[in-house]
Amino acid sequence: MRYLPKSPAERDEMLQAIGARSIDDLFSSIPEPFRLREPLRLPGPYSEAEVVRYFKDRAKENSVGYTRFLGAGVYDHLRSVVTDTILQRGEFLTSYTPYQAEISQGTLQAIFEFQTLVCQLTGQEVANASMWDGSTATTEAVLMAERLTRRRRVLVARSLHPEYRDVLKTYTKNVDIEVEEIPFGSDGAVDPQALQSALGEDVGAVVVQSPNFLGVIEDVPSIAETAHLSQAMLVVAVTEGVSLGVVRPPVEADIVALEGQSFGLPPSYGGPFVGVIATHEKFVRQMPGRLAGQAVDSQGRRGFVLTLAAREQHIRRERATSNICTNQALCALAVTVHLSLLGKEGLREMAEQNLAKAHFALRELVKIPGVQRAFAEPFFNEFTIALPCPVERVNRQLLDEKIVGPFSLDSFYPDLPDHALVCVTETTTRAEIEKLASALRVALAVGCETA
Amino acid sequence: MSEKISKASRHVSQNEGLLFEISSPGKRAFDLPPLDVPPTQPREALGANYRSNGIAGFPEVSEIEVLRHFTRLSTWNYAIDLGMYPLGSCTMKYNPRVNEFVARLDGIATEHPLQPSALSQGCLKILRLLEQCLLEITGMDAITLQPAAGAQGELTGLLLIRAYLERQGNPRKKVLIPDSAHGTNPATAVIAGYAVENIRSDPRGQVDVDKLRELVTDEVAALMITNPSTLGIFEERISDIAGILHAKGALLYMDGANMNALAGRARPGDFGVDVMHLNLHKTFSTPHGGGGPGAGPVAMKKSLEPFRPVPVLVEKDGRELALETDRPHSIGRVKAFSGSFGVLVRALAYILAYGPGISQATEDAVLNANYIRKNLERAFKLPYTLPSMHEVVFSDAIQKENDVNTMDIAKRLIDYGFHPYTTAFPLIVPGALMIEPTESESKQECDLFIEAMRSIAEEAATNPDLLKHAPHTTRIGRLDEVAAARKPVLRWK
Repeated sequence: MRYLPKSPAERDEMLQAIGARSIDDLFSSIPEPFRLREPLRLPGPYSEAEVVRYFKDRAKENSVGYTRFLGAGVYDHLRSVVTDTILQRGEFLTSYTPYQAEISQGTLQAIFEFQTLVCQLTGQEVANASMWDGSTATTEAVLMAERLTRRRRVLVARSLHPEYRDVLKTYTKNVDIEVEEIPFGSDGAVDPQALQSALGEDVGAVVVQSPNFLGVIEDVPSIAETAHLSQAMLVVAVTEGVSLGVVRPPVEADIVALEGQSFGLPPSYGGPFVGVIATHEKFVRQMPGRLAGQAVDSQGRRGFVLTLAAREQHIRRERATSNICTNQALCALAVTVHLSLLGKEGLREMAEQNLAKAHFALRELVKIPGVQRAFAEPFFNEFTIALPCPVERVNRQLLDEKIVGPFSLDSFYPDLPDHALVCVTETTTRAEIEKLASALRVALAVGCETA
Repeated sequence: MSEKISKASRHVSQNEGLLFEISSPGKRAFDLPPLDVPPTQPREALGANYRSNGIAGFPEVSEIEVLRHFTRLSTWNYAIDLGMYPLGSCTMKYNPRVNEFVARLDGIATEHPLQPSALSQGCLKILRLLEQCLLEITGMDAITLQPAAGAQGELTGLLLIRAYLERQGNPRKKVLIPDSAHGTNPATAVIAGYAVENIRSDPRGQVDVDKLRELVTDEVAALMITNPSTLGIFEERISDIAGILHAKGALLYMDGANMNALAGRARPGDFGVDVMHLNLHKTFSTPHGGGGPGAGPVAMKKSLEPFRPVPVLVEKDGRELALETDRPHSIGRVKAFSGSFGVLVRALAYILAYGPGISQATEDAVLNANYIRKNLERAFKLPYTLPSMHEVVFSDAIQKENDVNTMDIAKRLIDYGFHPYTTAFPLIVPGALMIEPTESESKQECDLFIEAMRSIAEEAATNPDLLKHAPHTTRIGRLDEVAAARKPVLRWK
């Protein structure tokens, strides 16, 4: 086997040195009835060429050749080949968690830079080394707020990503935390009256997403003011990081939970992505996850270490701030390299292109009879439209034109039937937007009639 | 420096500041294609939400500077690609490069989790085949690929147990955890709403079965066991342990962190385990990447199947695969979208390369650990002497006589060109040296490691000071972690 670096003679030599007659001797501690007698029934062994062929064959059964208008928490953005070049350096790819600082300075400094970039993006003071994804980061942010406030009720905007809400419910179900949903108004933003009346002195956290799942940018300063009047903490989730290149960061939030997929990670059918929590310095000891910090050695040379580990499971066990151990380090490195490449101007320009293309797409789509913009509030690169017939039916017809249509909202929001969430990024060309518009025009003419 | 260091020599490494320190306004490393639609004025479109001043402090550098910056940083790391990484319990094995290649293919990396399942059959077939392979390897009945890492796998497993017991009328109150367990186990139990009760190991390092019999009451939901244990020893009485739990209606959870000792030689499903997680970034070779990403699939017996987290992979009409979310008994969703697909792709590529020959990897891993044990058992104290499987745990008891501890030995190992072993874990071994070579090391590399460890043991006796100030050859020395934690500097300003 090509991955195994031993000849049969070397194996024998090693067995002899150990004093074992055969390899089976080394497995004698497994009770006899549980020793496998037969080889496992697994496909393979495959040569490298066969492995590649298997996956290329599977790739052909997917969506290659289609134009997508899907976002909803996972975004198509430009990536530089430089990012993958760095990620595939063995010194990053095949290194362990940097507990041994003297031979892990590369990873540690990169994490320190990641934490800094996230602070600059979100307007917060400290950020951790990463969480599994935006959904678990949001959930951990809520648990952190509960520890800080010692209050047991959480108010969650219905316009928070529905799958993030589901994860939050899974995690809070058994730890005596009550989750209550706050509706959105006719403008698609959190309903301020509903929020106001749901607040009380038992509410530890208010959770909103901005831009929210419907594409609408929330009024974070006024939501923060309302939440803070009740001494509740405000958690703001950001699923589309590129928005921060042009949209004001949620500086009023107490905790920001960011999904970093937009910064250099491919959609990859849902992961691996990278979540991160950013917050105020005074809350750092209740923060979950690893943190890199600056330190000096005995000669005064600057270096970086994993720090404040007394929060973590390997030290604190059942009293840890979280059970997270393995995080998304390599994905965080992708974000760090990608943002270094984009830089200040590149990110601004990318964000402005998203803004321009999405607004162009909206203008084109609402020209089609029966298509309406659903919400008037400002948006970034996603917006909701109302169609005159079910989105699924329209999307089936768009597939004939090699278009994966916008996300149908009715499975998550039965009160928004025939509503679709359209996503347009800098990767979408004008021609593709125009093709969507003309295909949608035809689909609506045909599709709605057959209804 | 000692002449006995045969694996490594010193060479110049480049200095490099923080990215922000090399930044200068006006430089850039990324160009976009020109905008092909009329521009939108951000101030008009966004009003008060416009970030008019840009991002203060954000880097401005050129492409060559970014490439050099991260390349220089990379050279300051140790890596499997450079040599043996004997971290016990971490299974740092070779990460085959074809796995990286296939995970980046068009049609694999490019797919959106919310696209129609008719356009995702390739992705779904990959998931299906991986499920089948992992079930064959573990001997279990059902599986979920959703969890993002081992710790989330543990949580998923405990939530499955909780849901199952709740359905029987009582979720129960406690989870039993041996004192040799990973820290994630107790931390996880708390999130699943259970109180933790620790069980002490017996003098041979095995679960104390008599003690267990006393502790298992109808308050106990489960025992979380690692098998082989963190001492690298198979639990001889595993089926008695399962029997004691099952007799009281409790379940057996297995932390699969050490599955590299078993794949192809024994199956947890055969020895009484009800539910377990796998660490794909350990046994199944997906790269550690400096701390992640991993994946923590959870395999289970049929009784737990109805409670699997959504989405669940199903076959529709006997042909088309789909992800189903409408599952009335499900514990819910543990992460957004459909698992860490890119990690799952790499794990399947690994399994396909071995096929049934995966047992050879297991055998070589156990062979390496025993070879190292045999060659070091005179130089270091072996506190538990039952047969080792994939890893061996020594203690620093002999070296303590010269005031040298496991951390000093570990740091000195760096000078010899190796990454340290795991120090100070498991907790039941004071001053532990936990060594897991994996199957990826040749006899020559193992011999170099043995030579280095023996030489260090000698130094500990003759020149303990050399160890106490090690490493001597790295860019920086031991960092003042206490000061770093007292006044944390967590970002550049």
